[in-house]
Amino acid sequence: MLEYFTIFSLLIDSTLRVATPLVFAALAGLFAERSGVVDIGLEGKLLGAAFAAAAAAAVTGSAFIGLFAGILCSVFLSLIHGFACVTHKGDQVVSGMAINIFVAGIGPTLALAWFKLGGQTPQLSGDARFSPLHFPGEEIIANIPYIGLIYSEVLSGHNIFVYLAFILVPIVSWVVYKTRFGLQLRAVGENPEAVDTAGISVGMMRYKALFITGLLCGFGGAYISIAQNAGFIRNMSAGQGFLALAALIFGKWKPGLTLFACLLFAFTDALQARLQGVSIPGIGVIPVQFIQALPYVLTVILLAGFIGKAVAPKASGIPYIKER
Amino acid sequence: MTSSLNKIQQSKNNSPKWITHIVVPIFNLLVALLIAGVVIYFNGDDPFDALLLLIKGSFGNDEFIGFTLYYTTNFIFTGLAVSIAFHCGLFNIGGEGQAYIGGLGVGLVAIYLGHLSPFFVIPLCIIAAIIFGASWSFVPAYLQAKRGSHIVITTIMFNFLAAALMTYLMVEILIEPGQQAPQSREFNENSWLPFMHEIFEFFGIQISVSSLNFSFIIAIIVSILIWFFIWRTHWGYEIRTTGANQKAAIYAGISPSKNIILAMIISGALAGMVGINEIVGVHHRLILDFPAGFGFVGIAVALMGRNHPLGIFFAALLFGALYQGGAELSFDIPNITRDTMVFIQGLVILFSGALEFVFKPYIENIYFFIKNNLVRN
Repeated sequence: MLEYFTIFSLLIDSTLRVATPLVFAALAGLFAERSGVVDIGLEGKLLGAAFAAAAAAAVTGSAFIGLFAGILCSVFLSLIHGFACVTHKGDQVVSGMAINIFVAGIGPTLALAWFKLGGQTPQLSGDARFSPLHFPGEEIIANIPYIGLIYSEVLSGHNIFVYLAFILVPIVSWVVYKTRFGLQLRAVGENPEAVDTAGISVGMMRYKALFITGLLCGFGGAYISIAQNAGFIRNMSAGQGFLALAALIFGKWKPGLTLFACLLFAFTDALQARLQGVSIPGIGVIPVQFIQALPYVLTVILLAGFIGKAVAPKASGIPYIKER
Repeated sequence: MTSSLNKIQQSKNNSPKWITHIVVPIFNLLVALLIAGVVIYFNGDDPFDALLLLIKGSFGNDEFIGFTLYYTTNFIFTGLAVSIAFHCGLFNIGGEGQAYIGGLGVGLVAIYLGHLSPFFVIPLCIIAAIIFGASWSFVPAYLQAKRGSHIVITTIMFNFLAAALMTYLMVEILIEPGQQAPQSREFNENSWLPFMHEIFEFFGIQISVSSLNFSFIIAIIVSILIWFFIWRTHWGYEIRTTGANQKAAIYAGISPSKNIILAMIISGALAGMVGINEIVGVHHRLILDFPAGFGFVGIAVALMGRNHPLGIFFAALLFGALYQGGAELSFDIPNITRDTMVFIQGLVILFSGALEFVFKPYIENIYFFIKNNLVRN
């Protein structure tokens, strides 16, 4: 019994780690999409922030400067998206894709030119990284069965980003549903004409939303390169931005449900790592790829409307053109 | 306000097609190259040297031209794939996955039927590429047409599904027995497409060995067929009408859902044909990750080529040159790699896609300025 409990605790532990960048990116996407701007550039922003954070941390030796650089880069990319889609009413999907591809290319190019390590940044250590936080009394409590495991594996020993991501969910929920800004944000994504009539600038609202998108993606990307890993490597975001987008859709553009989707997707990832080559009695070895594919299959099934219906913000994807 | 509206109307009516279709894309490309040049300059290299080496490395001799055209072949297929979806108002980001699965179809035919006569097995490979590629875009198309699931998201998901499926098949099932690397056994030579240097040799002309193969000719034929299909058949007309205005299409008795599915399965089939060039054209075995981002290059190619097969040919040639020249370039300038070409590709998508209207009015104004002055004089 204790053995299964240990496995379960470790699974939860790695689920939380994997979920963190997804939560940041998905909440980032939530602001963009709720304001009516489709953002498939989450992937690029994560990767860009990861690169900028690792490069700045490698040069300065400070993880905080790294984080700041990551946020700056991600916000810049987000504003490019805004410039293309809000100011110039360009195609939002094309712009997002452009940012993804642009970042995938420029990250390794600059890393190679700056650090001469074949498109990576140097290995980071010490203050250049965010290390896990350990709660007080971990050693003492760790010896108590069950409770000790929960305390030391599940609650304690994570990066500050992990806690931050989970604290962020109720905050985002409060901002989106309980503040004036949140009301305007949702209105601009559902009915921009009404917002315009009320004398609020649709463009400005969307820029504000995209700024928050960039900010949150910055945290997610920095977590990937200077907390979860120790440096930037080519394409290290590895589709997590797209997975976050899927989680956002799966969560029906609501913070709480999106968190649940992120945890579910992260859990499948933790599970496949644990089930690699393990034979389950009565079933046999499940190919890991099938478990890996699960989040994508679930999202497609949800989009098809077979399990509930995912209804996007009404104005999402449509540039707002003021009637004259 | 009315004057600016009038200006837009005037420019729409008067600016000739070649401004939109030739000058604007070239200008957008130049802006992208300019930004890349600035980055290269700040990395401590001479951007003009780089450009010269890039041209030399892509068109400098017949071997380089061969490799350039080999990449061009892939980009023609993926560019056409993205464009036909665009004609129907759809954005197919799934070219990568469709190419992957198309290659699977080609590989399965070559593995299990490769011993048959080439006159039988090669057409079968082509048909398999088409059917497998089309099947991978059919589900997202069906879901878009019948259930309103957003095709951008579903095709992204299908890229990941294709990658997972192919990894599973390559690692567990199609792997060559006794080998560690996840790749299939080499195909029977009957299924190999002739290389271009072999075709030329057959006619007594010696050219350098490269990866360029018969698929290039297939790509040219397919381009002409697609041009004919889009602008000379009623199917193409219905697809374009659906793309231009779905409501109008319904009033005209055109079924949007039928055309969405038609455009997308053709799109998937075209992307799947990358598998012909890669699998039976060059590698002669199934390998992991052979689409290597070619599906995404198709987006840049279609946008730059203005969704016209001729434009797509030139845009594909440009990206073929970037990919081949970029590979040669990294021998001389180590700081410039394939990644730099991906970066330029992103810029091209940004400027000729999302920001296409930024420079256009200025270019048109310059055109009108020159024209009016010439008329007066």
